[in-house]
Amino acid sequence: MDKYQADIAIIGGGGAGLRAAIAAAEADPSQVIALVSKVYPMRSHTVAAEGGSAAVTQAHDSLDHHFNDTVTGGDWLCEQDVVEYFVAHAHEEMVQLEHWGCPWSRMDDGHANVRAFGGMKIERTWFAADKTGFHMLHTLFQTSMKYPSIKRFDEYFCCDLIVDDGQCRGLVAIEIATGKFVFIQAKSVIIATGGAGRVFRENTNGGIVTGDGMALAYRHGVPLRDMEFMQYHPTCMPATGLLFTEACRGEGGFLLNKDGYRYLQDYGLGPAEPTPRNKAMELGPRDRLSQAFWHEHQKGNTMQGPHGPYVHLDMRHLGERKLRERLPQIYELAEEFMGVDPAHEPIPVLPAVHYTMGGITADGRTASIIPGLYSVGECSSIGLHGANRLGSNSLAEIVVFGKVAGVEASAYAKTVAPGKASALEQQADAICARALAILSNPAGGERIATLRMEMAVSMENGCGIYRTAREMQATCDKIAELRGRYKNIKLDDVSRGWNTEWLMALELGFQLDVAQVIVHSANNRKESRGSHQRLDGYEQRDDVNYLKHTLAYYAGDAAPRIEYSDVKITKSKPGIRAYGAAGEKAELERKQAGKTSG
Amino acid sequence: MADAKKTIEIEILRYRPDQDQEPVWQSYQVPFTDDMSVLQGLQYIKDHLDGTVSFRWSCRMAICGSCGMMINNKPMLSCKTFLREFYPAKIQIEAMRHLPIEKDLIVNIDDFIGKLESIKPYIIPKAARSLEQGEYLQTPAQRDKYEQFSSCINCLLCYAACPQYGLNPEFTGPGVLALLHRYNADSRDGASAERMAVVNADTGVWGCTLVGYCSEVCPKQVDPAAAVNRNKVNSTLDYFYRMLIPKGEASE
Repeated sequence: MDKYQADIAIIGGGGAGLRAAIAAAEADPSQVIALVSKVYPMRSHTVAAEGGSAAVTQAHDSLDHHFNDTVTGGDWLCEQDVVEYFVAHAHEEMVQLEHWGCPWSRMDDGHANVRAFGGMKIERTWFAADKTGFHMLHTLFQTSMKYPSIKRFDEYFCCDLIVDDGQCRGLVAIEIATGKFVFIQAKSVIIATGGAGRVFRENTNGGIVTGDGMALAYRHGVPLRDMEFMQYHPTCMPATGLLFTEACRGEGGFLLNKDGYRYLQDYGLGPAEPTPRNKAMELGPRDRLSQAFWHEHQKGNTMQGPHGPYVHLDMRHLGERKLRERLPQIYELAEEFMGVDPAHEPIPVLPAVHYTMGGITADGRTASIIPGLYSVGECSSIGLHGANRLGSNSLAEIVVFGKVAGVEASAYAKTVAPGKASALEQQADAICARALAILSNPAGGERIATLRMEMAVSMENGCGIYRTAREMQATCDKIAELRGRYKNIKLDDVSRGWNTEWLMALELGFQLDVAQVIVHSANNRKESRGSHQRLDGYEQRDDVNYLKHTLAYYAGDAAPRIEYSDVKITKSKPGIRAYGAAGEKAELERKQAGKTSG
Repeated sequence: MADAKKTIEIEILRYRPDQDQEPVWQSYQVPFTDDMSVLQGLQYIKDHLDGTVSFRWSCRMAICGSCGMMINNKPMLSCKTFLREFYPAKIQIEAMRHLPIEKDLIVNIDDFIGKLESIKPYIIPKAARSLEQGEYLQTPAQRDKYEQFSSCINCLLCYAACPQYGLNPEFTGPGVLALLHRYNADSRDGASAERMAVVNADTGVWGCTLVGYCSEVCPKQVDPAAAVNRNKVNSTLDYFYRMLIPKGEASE
């Protein structure tokens, strides 16, 4: 086992991890930062984000508007102090990225342009065509090369954290190319490993999005928060789940059922108008749009393709020129993967799992309950998204809170002495032994791909757009069974160098733990809120009993222990969540009520 | 699955350093539907036929740059190449050419990363600006000057295509030269003079013999050959300016 001494270790080299690394390097250039990623940083899944990144920019917009959109969009399950911090710091982070070279799309006068996005009252989404995540990631990756104190461990797979005496002290990783272990000792550790969408069958996520960091923190006693809230993105490619950005609708695209009818007007999102109206119709929030698809399917209004039901994303009226300029990647995906020319034909789409709203419980400064352990980005639950994330808030989140995590981890690292080497190494040896045990095929028999597919199908059945106790219980049982069978997996490949089957086995272990948290959290929440919608007698939001965060604690082979904690409300009391004309009426009423009471 | 399954033969050039003296071909029969990519074919093999087959992949949508390989002798991204294009003939898949094979379809890309780091791939501002001053102004026309070159996904297909890189690995190569040009052509940047040392070197743009295959195989229309050619002009101008003008005043 190799050893490496760092001040700060960061797991994950996507947007959040890179932003944290740069922030730490700027905070104190004398500290050594180990950036550990199982892929080269520019392969991280930030790369696939398309539409944009939110920040209040226009004169007629305000931080309050962005705050209200986010809290309402999250169905009041957001930590409101965190949202306040976020909206206040998003713009400076967009400018920071601009100074670092991000090729933001521009207006004729040279200022950065903004576009409309779902659930956002005013256009405030910064974008780089429809490759915003790609450009942010490459900008951050290339900029990170300026800082000699950032020591990259590219293609190192983190298999566990070292926690000693209640303090996070580093991690153990596998050098993928050789299969050798390295113990990276650190005074603070930031988890920035992204979401867990691959526990579902049809999803927009890359193969690497397997919830690794969530499972690591969870196994060490950090509760995973609000994991029942999985976002289904309404416009994805049938079969593969590949994403067609919300910007398709921000630019004016329509959603049509089999009769060519803009069906969203039947679900409280109207009126239907020929041009986009913010917070209405196609610019409603993702949970509502995915739910409308489900209802259309029940009514028999969807179309049937080889991979199931679909509706049409129609952008023909935008014209080829605008599509090529604003949505070049979407154009390419439709043409090359589906043989559809979006300037002349509508694109078949359906909802697919996209984003993990919940994650590792973190306070507003990204700290966990374990001193020295931080989390940021999709793996983290800092409390920004509540029960439903608004499109373009997550790219802003990774930079706003990536910076916070880097600054905090840097400051904390200065306050602690290095741990006791012998005790830590003993732990590290035990971690290596556990990881190697999988290679020895102790019991044998079960195939990774079989277990993974059974998990993914069951999660889709149990934790879909609409949920019932019966289906959720079936999935709880299934995941428990799979966790048992996981102990009998057999690998074809028992070599050490570039054994991707071994890594997939470790990932599957992470995924099963996270899947179990998702379904148990869902089954325990007896109400409907945001992306968690039930059909079995709990169709309404229940603020009396469930204006609460779910906390899931690890309990070994048993199911997680579920507890609840309060939601931080600062200035927005839970109210009616409505969009379209109804939303405008509700907002007016809220304002008038505010005037009379204040 | 959608339609009746056909079966295609996929041959993979295997190299497992712990057991193979040299690469060997291995053949697999893969059932497929017309919407399946070559990557999905490989995933089928790994999941169901042979878990030892090793390859990189992630996003499945031609943006992460992981899954470049030689498919019937041509550098391609396996996620956006479809099995139906080859059927009923077999497909032969190998690791990307000109790069050291670590295992099966996985190549070592350290050389590329080192070259990328060497060109200072970040904005070195022409004029300092604080965050409070807001963004640099950059018109759409100014953005157009570099945007195409900033779209490089670092997939390295152009390195597998470049005969010069095959002959001389010291050659900076198409992808990194395109990214170098991306920064030099950015109106916010003031460090093109520093980067011209890389451009002017024998292993810089003058290593290119204008084959143009790099641009043909690029999956994102970055056109690295255009970047190289523009820098041949820049390099020539740089040379003449340095003849005529005192050093340090030549940069644009």
